[in-house]
Amino acid sequence: MAIKKIGKQTVKFENPPYIVATATTVGPKEGEGPLKSYFDNILSDDLYGEDSWELAESKILRESVKRAIQKSDKNIVDMEYMLSGDLLNQLMSTSFAARDLGIPFFGLYGACSTMAESLSLGAMIIDGGYADYLVATTSSHFSSAERQYRFPLEHGNQRALTAQWTVTGSGAAILSTNGNGPKITHVTTGKVVDLGIKDVNNMGAAMAPSAVDTMIAHFQDTGFRPEKYDLIVTGDLGAIGKEITEEMVFDRGYNITKVYNDCGVLIFDNEAQDTHAGGSGCGCSACVFCGYIYKEMIKKNLNNVLLISTGALLSTTSAQQGQSIPGIAHAVTIVNG
Amino acid sequence: MENTKKERFHKQCKYNQYVKQKSPKPNFFKNAIWAFLVGGIICICGQFIMNTLKVIGLQKEEVGTATSIILIFLGAFLTGVGIYDKLGKRAGGGSIIPITGFANSIVSPAMEFKTEGYIFGIGAKMFILAGPVLVYGFTSAVLVGLIYLFIGK
Repeated sequence: MAIKKIGKQTVKFENPPYIVATATTVGPKEGEGPLKSYFDNILSDDLYGEDSWELAESKILRESVKRAIQKSDKNIVDMEYMLSGDLLNQLMSTSFAARDLGIPFFGLYGACSTMAESLSLGAMIIDGGYADYLVATTSSHFSSAERQYRFPLEHGNQRALTAQWTVTGSGAAILSTNGNGPKITHVTTGKVVDLGIKDVNNMGAAMAPSAVDTMIAHFQDTGFRPEKYDLIVTGDLGAIGKEITEEMVFDRGYNITKVYNDCGVLIFDNEAQDTHAGGSGCGCSACVFCGYIYKEMIKKNLNNVLLISTGALLSTTSAQQGQSIPGIAHAVTIVNG
Repeated sequence: MENTKKERFHKQCKYNQYVKQKSPKPNFFKNAIWAFLVGGIICICGQFIMNTLKVIGLQKEEVGTATSIILIFLGAFLTGVGIYDKLGKRAGGGSIIPITGFANSIVSPAMEFKTEGYIFGIGAKMFILAGPVLVYGFTSAVLVGLIYLFIGK
């Protein structure tokens, strides 16, 4: 019997796994943003000494994982699993990083929801007693995403005002059965929700309904109210998606205004950095969680956080075939000791 | 089943409308002014080149060809040094429609896909943006030519 399952979509852990260490690596633009003081490694060159954007992204991921392992006072060989994914076809940057690291590896695809997805599955593995140490991570790179999903970098086009800016960066978290630090107590797994948005330049609006769906499911399954949390944070809905989510959740009877924010809104100064609706990409919620949120939790400025990473499950093929954009969102409750 | 499909469609329409009203609108007036200015300046450059070539004594037919070649070079050059994308961000159609924009649409993928090699990278991807323009440009040229041939005289 599923004794740890509560409600329809939520798991409550018996032995909540600890997040013992995190590390982040970000690109130059992210390093100029409002959260710059929270990142461990800010690159001066987003090619990171590699021959291609994809290899640069892979190195960013690899270095973040190595740094996180170092911070946890462990070695690479102590890691029993690596759960990771990215946005590229066949998870190129992740697979290549996993090849170099040599940690037993599960590749995940949840688009930009991958951070919460890897934390969810990682927490289940730890609580299930299948491992003592594992790493949950993800990455994205502005330039590798642009060339796969949009236009060549030097092409002289105008970006839509609703468009978001893919974050160059990676965050890695080490989960363990024992240790210190914030714990993952609940996980709510999202359903794919599609309200028919076809505009690939408005991903925030495409993903917002899935964030709302998962958030409501989380509240219903656990019986928590928004007041339980001092921060509810979605992954990369941006300014427009954030506003939509707030209103839609309010219509369902929950007022989250006081505690709600979005990683895509936090990571850039949209006006000054010309990022239109905000940040996006797997790296967005990864860097904001592993950087800003985790460090604030260690300082006890934040004690109860609900991280809801959001993903747009489109492909270039599905968009060209005129299909709408399905969204997914996973929620993870992280609390202090 | 039919009913739930209808309901879903209705829900999607409603959401799309809601999102449309939430999304910021581009400033069409400002964009048009920028497009007009930049597009106009590119055309003035073209005219200047043309007049100069006439003065140095090129034949009438050669002048048009030489002007196009020079403008294409300039578009490609400005793409290579990373200026044309910044120009395009402001000017939009003003810098896409002139022949310099056509050069930009060929050079930018060529630069981007160099990492995949000279054959499957540059060679295959070079026309990824300009390809449709060429296909439908040629097709409409043939159609208009045929119409001219039969009834235009």
